[in-house]
Amino acid sequence: MISALPRSEFPLLAASPRLAYLDSAATTQKPRAVLDAICDFYENDNANPHRGAYALSVRATERYHEARARVAAFLGVGDPDCLIFTRGTTESLNLVASSWGRANVGAGDEIVVTGAEHHANFVPWQQLAIEKNARLRICELAPDGALDLDRLRALLGSRTKVVAFAHVSNVLGTIAPVRDIVELAHRVGAIAVCDGAQAAPHLTVRFDELGVDFFAASGHKMLGPMGIGVLVGRRRLLEAMPPFLTGGDMIEFVEDDHSTWNRLPHKFEAGTPNAAGAVGMAAAAAVLEGVGMDAVRAHERELVRSAYRRLSAIEGVRIYGPGPADRSGVLSFNVGDVHPHDLATILDSHHVCIRAGHHCAQPLMRRLGVSATARASFYVYNDDADIDALVNGVMAAREMFSRVGA
Amino acid sequence: MSAPDDRKDAPNGTDSRRSHVEALYQELILDHYRRPRNRGTLEHPDVALRKKNPLCGDVIDLQLQFDGDTLREVRFTGEGCAISQAAASMLTQRLKGKSTAEAAQILDRFARMVHGEEGAADESLGDLRALSGVSRLPVRHPCALLASDALAEALASHR
Ligand SMILES: Cc1ncc(COP(=O)(O)O)c(C=O)c1O
Repeated sequence: MISALPRSEFPLLAASPRLAYLDSAATTQKPRAVLDAICDFYENDNANPHRGAYALSVRATERYHEARARVAAFLGVGDPDCLIFTRGTTESLNLVASSWGRANVGAGDEIVVTGAEHHANFVPWQQLAIEKNARLRICELAPDGALDLDRLRALLGSRTKVVAFAHVSNVLGTIAPVRDIVELAHRVGAIAVCDGAQAAPHLTVRFDELGVDFFAASGHKMLGPMGIGVLVGRRRLLEAMPPFLTGGDMIEFVEDDHSTWNRLPHKFEAGTPNAAGAVGMAAAAAVLEGVGMDAVRAHERELVRSAYRRLSAIEGVRIYGPGPADRSGVLSFNVGDVHPHDLATILDSHHVCIRAGHHCAQPLMRRLGVSATARASFYVYNDDADIDALVNGVMAAREMFSRVGA
Repeated sequence: MSAPDDRKDAPNGTDSRRSHVEALYQELILDHYRRPRNRGTLEHPDVALRKKNPLCGDVIDLQLQFDGDTLREVRFTGEGCAISQAAASMLTQRLKGKSTAEAAQILDRFARMVHGEEGAADESLGDLRALSGVSRLPVRHPCALLASDALAEALASHR
């Protein structure tokens, strides 16, 4: 299995031929095309968008709007004005919980999340529930870590206002049955909020067909820069919501005693936007479109299948979650009594970058009955050599620890 | 299927970072990880203290018993990596029977060793010197220091 995009397109990987970067679920490496697009914006089109009457500012504004159209097309959003640029998934989900949530969730209402959520799709809802005297209900997972639709159905009722779930789990790699969840949510009159941080980089996402009411994603997990992401929402909901942050750009008129709001998307984009970031994220979308999301998915499937098979053949290795066919490019595992932090240190000395810890999903760690796991995650630039390095490193760690008996 | 040559790893032993990590995970440390000394609880502790490392979720529960100014007994429970567990095991072993002043001095030296201070690792640290390699792994400093910070806090609260 060779990489889907050559390492030579990624300056960092090209400079470190031996580095096995297996932490793309945390953030991906950046291709030359993305770095060039960001640089090009600052070198040729930099001015404050929306604010200047001069040609350069108009150009900056156009680049920013083109970026929105490109990312919207990538995510299957027909109405680009319903795509709000944010700092990333975390801010997007906070925007929904704060703006839609405060206006629509009251005492006694219920918010449903799953036991596999990233803290970014858990804590904002938990805090909203505390503030509003609402109830946060957690949908427990099936034994293999998959979302359990029967449990979810049983949990939903007339008080349910929100069903929030990860499209793809950042720990288990499980892929949620989005349409089924949406149908259950809508049946009881709740909105469906989809954390797409791990979906947008790895799967074909068509927002308009998914049926979810809100979808959040981060640029830096899909070859783009840090500090940029999106919230996509239904126009009807976005228009009815109060603003999240207030200030420049998002207003229409500011009177002494009140203000009126700009139209979408500006109403939710207060202050100078991260235009270069948006341009970089659009360039990343173009790179992924060039590879084709089907090819991205097929590539990860192969890598995961191979890594799953080879890791599970090592004595003492325990992999969490479903089999390789049903997961995205993420493997969480433990190796005997080697603590994940020790494993990460040892793998690092083999030039293998993995994540060790709770992966911002402490509720899920409790449910798995562990305090931490090791996690390897794959992307377009990974190949068999990365899996070789991972497997060799894991075997070395096992050997190192087996010198002293229990 | 095989990797291009420039992606292949150097043979063992030629890589300084790797040999450094191998030296850190020596048998003494793994032995303390697998068979921690002073693990458990005391019936009548004078000081009990819990400390967490929010970065990785490691927790240590400490119990200490004093005889005047002397640390007579110390026990710990908790979970964590080999470095944090070995540090707890070796530190409790080293401090038992020491005066609070002597113990504080050892803890101070240990922390300075972990932070990589030249010459900090002297005889008074005994086996703890096996952990000196952590100094070159900044992300692991909190693991090595969890028990020593907790012990320092517990000693201070007795004085
Ligand atoms: C599933 C999931 N949700 C949310 C986030 C938060 O994304 P960000 O840190 O880019 O805001 C992440 C990544 O850390 C994630 O994996």
